Amino acid sequence: MSGVSTLFKRELRSYFATPVAYVFIVIFLVLSGAFTFYLGGFYESGQADLRPFFTFHPWLYLFLVPAVSMRMWAEERKSGTIELLLTLPVTTWQAVLGKFLAAWAFIGIALALTFPIWLTVNYLGSPDNGVIFASYLGSLLMAGAFLAIGSCLSACTRNQVVAFILTVVACFLLLLAGFPLVLDAVRAFAPQGVVDAIASLSFLTHFAAISKGVIDLRDLLYFLLMIGFWLYASALIIEMKKAD
Amino acid sequence: MIETRQLSKRYGDLVAVDGISFTVEPGQVLGFLGPNGAGKSTTMKMIAGFLAPTSGSASVCGFDVEKQPLEARRSLGYLPEGAPSYGEMTVLEFLKFIADVRGLKGETRERRIDDVIGRLHLERVVEQPIDTLSKGFKRRVGIAQAIVHDPKVLILDEPTDGLDPNQKHEVRGLINDMARDKTIIVSTHILEEVHAVCDRAVIIAAGKVLADAKPAELEARSRYHQAVSLTALDVAAAREALARVPDVAAIEVDPQDGRITAFPKPGRAIFNEVGDVLKAQNIAVRELALEGGRLDEVFRTITTRAATATQEART
Repeated sequence: MSGVSTLFKRELRSYFATPVAYVFIVIFLVLSGAFTFYLGGFYESGQADLRPFFTFHPWLYLFLVPAVSMRMWAEERKSGTIELLLTLPVTTWQAVLGKFLAAWAFIGIALALTFPIWLTVNYLGSPDNGVIFASYLGSLLMAGAFLAIGSCLSACTRNQVVAFILTVVACFLLLLAGFPLVLDAVRAFAPQGVVDAIASLSFLTHFAAISKGVIDLRDLLYFLLMIGFWLYASALIIEMKKAD
Repeated sequence: MIETRQLSKRYGDLVAVDGISFTVEPGQVLGFLGPNGAGKSTTMKMIAGFLAPTSGSASVCGFDVEKQPLEARRSLGYLPEGAPSYGEMTVLEFLKFIADVRGLKGETRERRIDDVIGRLHLERVVEQPIDTLSKGFKRRVGIAQAIVHDPKVLILDEPTDGLDPNQKHEVRGLINDMARDKTIIVSTHILEEVHAVCDRAVIIAAGKVLADAKPAELEARSRYHQAVSLTALDVAAAREALARVPDVAAIEVDPQDGRITAFPKPGRAIFNEVGDVLKAQNIAVRELALEGGRLDEVFRTITTRAATATQEART
């Protein structure tokens, strides 16, 4: 495990060594604030909760998380450091995990920096802090799932732009998996069972369930399995396509 | 120790490395030579455990690189082609990171990092991001990370590429220093380097080993081996005199500087005879030298012969 933690530290530090981290954090905080107050109608709703704040997280993540994940492996390939990294005494799996955890921790930091809104809502009224905590947890898990998808697609290419676009599309489809946009296309050729299976993959459904304050084991498992699956796929792809 | 057995790598129809077998013992520096695209880097990547061989096997210190990859990598220091490193890190951060991954701790870690910084003269740039360094410094950072854990086996892919002559000299000195107790493979296409650091040279082309010998033995294969070259004031007279030496097989005159080279018949030495004849004929000679053999000529002969052979095989 020391391999994972060393890689984790290096990766996390590298986010802050470049402007990426600061740009990301500022944009994330500004947008999440703007959405909450202007689109979400935080004041107008007159309720002491953070629904207007969390509703927009999936859409924020849709563009911001791929921007973090795109460089994860594509850059290693492009600069050739993948050869350095994978000839060090660490396994591919440790490398995948270290990088993923660093990116996740980074987004966790950005998310934690939204704490003023939690303070605000407590100052204005008396919200159900359990629900808010669950929503934060759900939001973090969803970001993790986005990141794991991004890790896998970043491993497919040496071009960061390609990685970004592929990740946005994949995440968009998974976000809307429970909605007609995706389901109608599948329904045309697949039996009802497949349609239901795809519908149950929707990020939005599971996120909505957690952010109601009900931490159901199935929703937790859904996100954790999602992360595990995509990370496993990342490791496989890296093993297969090392040389390209 | 490094051992490869029938190591091969194919990409579809393309055979990059074709059944390479060799053993390198501790204390030996093996020079890996070949034209660009010959399969040098691919072979090194397989030994370093980055690429999986299509067939055959490689082992480092007795650990099979595929079956016991972590053990093999622990005993290995590797400088990949182009000396890649994380550009946003400073030299010191980068070396600390490598030392951590390599499992160095406490005082050993500090000592080893200080040692490689000193050996590669990186003191001036330790706090600079690697991206801002010159090519020569980047290469030296790459070498530093490869030796920070004092590995038993070193694989260096073009360690002196991009260095100026003084830096090249220093890096060669460094390799010679380390050669005593380590097993080292160095790839290069600078032939003078083979003389400076290697005690064994393997020439490969089109993925096959074409020659595996000591540098001196390779030179002995040269047409120039035991040849005598001289510059005379009177070129025509000197030429005529040389033609009288029975063991001289051929005489060539360089059209540019008028330097005359006399080639001996196979297995004969002509230096003394040439000297005697010149003295007897009273021919003034500005200089007279015995040629050891030219590695570049041997290299060209071996690798172009292989290229024509493969072309003929295809047609």
